[in-house]
Amino acid sequence: MNIGNSSNLSNALSDIAVMTQRNMLRYIRLPQLLVFNALLNVVLLLLFNYVFGGAIRTGGMEYIQYFLPGFMVQTVVFGSTQTSVGLAEDLSTGVIDRFRSLPISRLAFLTGRVISDVTRYAILIALMIAVGSIMGFRFENGVLHVLAGVALIILFGIALTWVGVFIGISVRDVETAQVAGFVWVFPLVFASSLYVPIETMPSWLQVFAQINPVTPMVDTMRALSLGGSVSASLWRILAWDGVIILIFLPLALRRYRLLGQ
Amino acid sequence: MARLKNGDITDPSSVVCADASISAQGISKRFGKVRALNNINLAVEPGTVFALLGPNGSGKTTLVRIFTTLLKPDSGTAHVAGYDVIREAHSVRGLLGLAGQYPAVEEILTGRENLEMIGKLYHLGKQKAKARASELLETFELSDAANRKVKTYSGGMRRRLDLAATLVARPSILFLDEPTTGLDPRSRLGLWEVISSQAKDCNTVFLTTQYLEEADRLANKTAIIDKGQILREGTNQELKDCCGGETLVKVRIADRSKLAIANRALMDLGGDNLHSYPDIGEITLPAVGGTSLLPEVVRRLDKEEVVIAELALKPPTLDDVFLAITGHTAEGNTEVRTDPANTLG
Repeated sequence: MNIGNSSNLSNALSDIAVMTQRNMLRYIRLPQLLVFNALLNVVLLLLFNYVFGGAIRTGGMEYIQYFLPGFMVQTVVFGSTQTSVGLAEDLSTGVIDRFRSLPISRLAFLTGRVISDVTRYAILIALMIAVGSIMGFRFENGVLHVLAGVALIILFGIALTWVGVFIGISVRDVETAQVAGFVWVFPLVFASSLYVPIETMPSWLQVFAQINPVTPMVDTMRALSLGGSVSASLWRILAWDGVIILIFLPLALRRYRLLGQ
Repeated sequence: MARLKNGDITDPSSVVCADASISAQGISKRFGKVRALNNINLAVEPGTVFALLGPNGSGKTTLVRIFTTLLKPDSGTAHVAGYDVIREAHSVRGLLGLAGQYPAVEEILTGRENLEMIGKLYHLGKQKAKARASELLETFELSDAANRKVKTYSGGMRRRLDLAATLVARPSILFLDEPTTGLDPRSRLGLWEVISSQAKDCNTVFLTTQYLEEADRLANKTAIIDKGQILREGTNQELKDCCGGETLVKVRIADRSKLAIANRALMDLGGDNLHSYPDIGEITLPAVGGTSLLPEVVRRLDKEEVVIAELALKPPTLDDVFLAITGHTAEGNTEVRTDPANTLG
């Protein structure tokens, strides 16, 4: 087998495209999936802003200004649990056997999942920006900064989706995948600078929140949206993206290969 | 793609089919403490239909999964079209079509979209994928439902679509894992037609089944598998000849409690080959001398005042073979044999 030649590469790309299309069709044919996902995000956005917003001190800034950049990040963090669920669903039917018995690139099935999920993130982030704007959120730093920030969130989403892929392929059961997702996602989201300034937490938790990749991601998005220095947090989140992908992509691929044992 | 092996092919008619063989050498597989397959050896000639016949849990699916590169054996080697299923898995995948035990079709896609998707994954190109999908929908009588989502399909339609999906790239080797399980008789007949037609054009078909009738009807060769071991292998005629293959006289008596009396009365006619089945009140014995045995059976039972509910000559079926070899029927694991001498396997 030679893997290097160009026709194999174009075949692999075509396989990934077909797999992505397959997953996207799911969103189109079962729009309720995406609709309720979006609705949940809108409800959470409203609740957090109007219920907690008044109680959380953010240094004189309107809470929605403080909170929305982080909420966009939260969308992809929570979203990656859906990746696990979708994958576990595929693995619990005979469909996976068909794909595995086809002469297609091993990466295609998993990558197709990642790409379609990332597309979902982009749609949800756009919606969050729209709803946030109605609630009074204003970008103070120009369109380019915002686009750069969204691109960074999506990159972070890609990294976390590989974690979701790894979990989905490991648990192979839809309900377990759902719960397993929450276990790692909740601490990441809440023990970070996403909802509250880290300084308000007990010191031991501050240590975790500082290390938590969600914190530099949120700080970067916040700075890109509202102004301020990004350099420190930007390098940290890029490093995190790299580390997460380098660990979880091979792990997920290995799991996929081990399905046959 | 397909590679022609320059081995020692002497029969010119087999040359075309030469690369569509299937073989296993010493395949074993365990799942935890369960020994799913135990030293399986078999060889399937190109262009033939091979049936693996066995009850639930006998290891049929495990073997299919090994041949189709979905599962690695613990030991042993397996070859499909001359390629090693472990080391040359990718080449094997290019040649085989697999229809698993449960239809692997996408519910939210239409029948046509399902087939086109598979065509694209085989890199047929968009136009060819479309054309091939239409062709298969026609063949499998799904044209009318082609643009409906699969979730509206009946069980039989799903099976047909699933089988169509396995044929998209015209694979030379087909693996069908219980292709007709759960189908109504009419759908089953339809599928049988399709499977039979596949064996033409040098395609090799490897199918598993719990239905003896199915193996009998479709296969050139049948292997009987039970508890992870191949017990017998041969043509259907060979199997019938070797094990319980004679025409039988079958007597069903009206009052099952008199089975022992009937048994005694007929004992010297059947000897070792007389079998009784208490749960259905039936006795079978070889029809030595054809129909001439029938009056004798009637006379003897009449003398003992045993009322006959049914008396018939029963041509041999694989059912009998299976029973003779394993001591239980293919459908379940209930012991129905009174004869303890069950050492044929």
